[in-house]
Amino acid sequence: MNKTAIAVLTGLLALSAQAENLAVVGGYVHTLSEQGSLENATVLIKEGRIQSVGQNLPVPSGYRVIDASGKIVTPGLIGAYTSLGLVEVGSSAGTVDASYKPRDYSPAGAALDVSYAINPDSTLLPVSRIEGFTLAATGMANTQTLFKGRGAVISLGDGDKLIKPGAFMTVSVDNHGADDMGGSRAALWPELENAVQEARSRKGKPLSAAEEWHGSLSKADVNALLAVVSGDMPLIMDARRLADIRQVLAFKARYPDIRVVLLKATEGWRIAAEIAEAGIPVILDPEPNLPYSFDQLGATLANAGRLSEAGVAVSIGVETHNLRLATQHAGNAVANGLPWQDGLAALTINNARLFGIDKEYGSLEAGKVADLVVWSGDPLEVMVAPEHVVIQGEEIVLESRQTKLRDRYLELDQDKPMSYVRP
Amino acid sequence: MKQNSTHRLLVLAAVSAGLLSACGQQAKPEQSALVEIDKDPYPSTYQPLPAQATLITNVTVLDGKGGRLDKGAVLFKDGKIVQVGQSIAAPEGATVIDGEGKWVTPGIIDVHSHLGVYPTPETKSHSDGNEMTNPVTAQVWAEHSIWPQDPGFRRALAGGVTALQILPGSANLVGGRSVTVKNLPDRTIQDMKFPGAPYGLKMACGENPKRVYGDKGGPATRMGNVAGYRQAWADAQDYQEKWEKYRREHKEGKNPTPPKRDLRLETLAGVLDGEILVHMHCYRADDMGTMLDLMKEFDYQIASFQHAVESYKIADRLAENNVCSAMWADWWGFKMEAYDGIRENIPMVHKANACAIVHSDSDLGIQRLNQEAAKALGDGQRAGIDISRAEAWQWLSANPAKSLGIYDQTGSLEPGKNADLVLWSSDPFSTYAQAERVYIDGGLAFDRQDPASWPVQDFELGQPGEGDVK
Repeated sequence: MNKTAIAVLTGLLALSAQAENLAVVGGYVHTLSEQGSLENATVLIKEGRIQSVGQNLPVPSGYRVIDASGKIVTPGLIGAYTSLGLVEVGSSAGTVDASYKPRDYSPAGAALDVSYAINPDSTLLPVSRIEGFTLAATGMANTQTLFKGRGAVISLGDGDKLIKPGAFMTVSVDNHGADDMGGSRAALWPELENAVQEARSRKGKPLSAAEEWHGSLSKADVNALLAVVSGDMPLIMDARRLADIRQVLAFKARYPDIRVVLLKATEGWRIAAEIAEAGIPVILDPEPNLPYSFDQLGATLANAGRLSEAGVAVSIGVETHNLRLATQHAGNAVANGLPWQDGLAALTINNARLFGIDKEYGSLEAGKVADLVVWSGDPLEVMVAPEHVVIQGEEIVLESRQTKLRDRYLELDQDKPMSYVRP
Repeated sequence: MKQNSTHRLLVLAAVSAGLLSACGQQAKPEQSALVEIDKDPYPSTYQPLPAQATLITNVTVLDGKGGRLDKGAVLFKDGKIVQVGQSIAAPEGATVIDGEGKWVTPGIIDVHSHLGVYPTPETKSHSDGNEMTNPVTAQVWAEHSIWPQDPGFRRALAGGVTALQILPGSANLVGGRSVTVKNLPDRTIQDMKFPGAPYGLKMACGENPKRVYGDKGGPATRMGNVAGYRQAWADAQDYQEKWEKYRREHKEGKNPTPPKRDLRLETLAGVLDGEILVHMHCYRADDMGTMLDLMKEFDYQIASFQHAVESYKIADRLAENNVCSAMWADWWGFKMEAYDGIRENIPMVHKANACAIVHSDSDLGIQRLNQEAAKALGDGQRAGIDISRAEAWQWLSANPAKSLGIYDQTGSLEPGKNADLVLWSSDPFSTYAQAERVYIDGGLAFDRQDPASWPVQDFELGQPGEGDVK
């Protein structure tokens, strides 16, 4: 899909013409924009977009008012690295679209494209959105290939789900990646170098079916990598130990055009300044602080805070079924040194920038798509929850399969079998 | 102790035989000494840390059994709680800590951990938690797998965990014995065993056993699982009777041959004798319903269902049957039997007056069990279930201690109990609260303010990040 088509998809198409106009009034609004955080502020939403944000804004007639006084208002949260829409039940329950066994079409995995696989009826979407997540980057989890294919950004609203196909490509250069490539980084890195070289040799021109091709990658894989080597599609590189992160920095130095993103970066704190210097953002889960393998010995809860202090843009939200726990993850990063505002940015604007959707999403600014959450308190606190969630300008019902199960079983003393109880 | 009493019995038998012949009475066939099984062959060698008399004042106290004191005080000395009150005079020589803005709670007890049996680093060489060679392996003991150098113990300590139950995994119908330990690992596993704690037995319902054994001769179905438990209990009853007959005949003066020891049946019979507590991995409400009848059929008690993702569907029956549920706050969906997980499970079980426990089953979750309780509390409150913080702390210490059979020693802040407690930097139902000081038997096991004092496991010495914030 070319850039123009993506622009259309990410823009007007996504918004419902019938969205009502809303005024979110009186909240402590964290805009994540240059406006900063505003007490007792109002957010006006018109035709699915943010019309204006400010203190003492009059509410135009015809706008439905959401009272946010005493509450906290943030942009909708963005899952940074998930498999939402690709998996319903992970184990022993049939098709899992987040997994792939290598076949001839895409031996290197680059040509895989999750945008065809998203299931908008997945129960994971309501479970996540009622906890404040309005968008998510979603991609393959297990492929046993060099690349994990093209991921997408999806909306968790009731409108169009696919916000940006081809939003990122992933490659693992950690122990797992090495294991998939024959058991050694000595094989993994030359294979990666070769893939990049073959893609670069095309100078942006896709291979046609009729064209002769003597490279080692499949045509489909080469064509999928063109957007990576041109810098249009970020390359997410999963690296954990210091040595691997150094290799990623060297890779970035060799190919400055490639938009490299680090994933996990467990020992990133050891060279935080260099990561910042290279302008590489990091997606991480702040909580794993144990030496799970010999490439994660330096794991610490302080990683996110130390990276951020050095100037690295940190993103949080590496989960699928429990993406909703990313607020807790960010809170624990804050408890261990990450500034609170950076914790919120790690769930919103940083993620929008990383996936190139920050013109439309990630902050509360006039003109952007109206994805917004009203929280009962500090969203990084474990006892706090959303009270209102607005996606693409529409307030969603805070309901999921789980809340229905809850409501059915709140009273156990029933005259009839439980299947007759319809909450 | 058991060794000693067995020896004493042997001596007594020899002496009485000698007396009888000295009196010149008719010689009876000589009776062999009664064979008794030592029930504690790997006894605890736990030594508490040096303890200083300590008074924490001006602090919010949750006593762990539902009570709360604002601006209260806690005094402990010689490893025991001395007093909990509004205002306590400092005894001479006591360390006095001003707890302004801070909270004190009993230490957290995690009833579901695999630390040491599935330690980090997670190498294959360290994978010692599931004896996947037979569906019923009651003969194996988790303590014989535990690696006390697991860095996870020290991480859990920083989260306020003072005691934990370590279980075998859930691959088998009967996985083996669990063990309760103090969170103070030392050179051998015996050094951390909780003195006087009864053994547990790990059992498992549902998907895991049938997945593991479906292609290995079964069970391949849930009905196969149940047939497996029933046969195991029937065999244990038979074994129990053989030993009862042996003891009865010996008491009658006969000279019976003791039954051949069967380690598998010995553990199962220990459950039927009420000496070993059953902790059963079970997700679905219907699976738990079947287990409630199974325990009646063979006359034993299930102490707890572990994971118990659907306990909210049968909380009333769990209360009637006096079975605890050890639960996560919000894990769900990773397999079919976890698909109906809801965030209000814990408060809904509590509301039905059933015993609710927050557990981890995770080397990360165990570091933040207070946050798991907080999430459950918040979700319950939003669903209209009115529970206080003080009541909710029962999920973390009193109820776990009861289910492990150690509530007479720990699990609440009461005079005479072990001084297992945590001083939190703020309200422990907040994401930002941290365990500042963790005391086990009155000894300061963790002091966040003093990095030089932090324990470092052998594995982490000489590695990147040694002694760092974790």
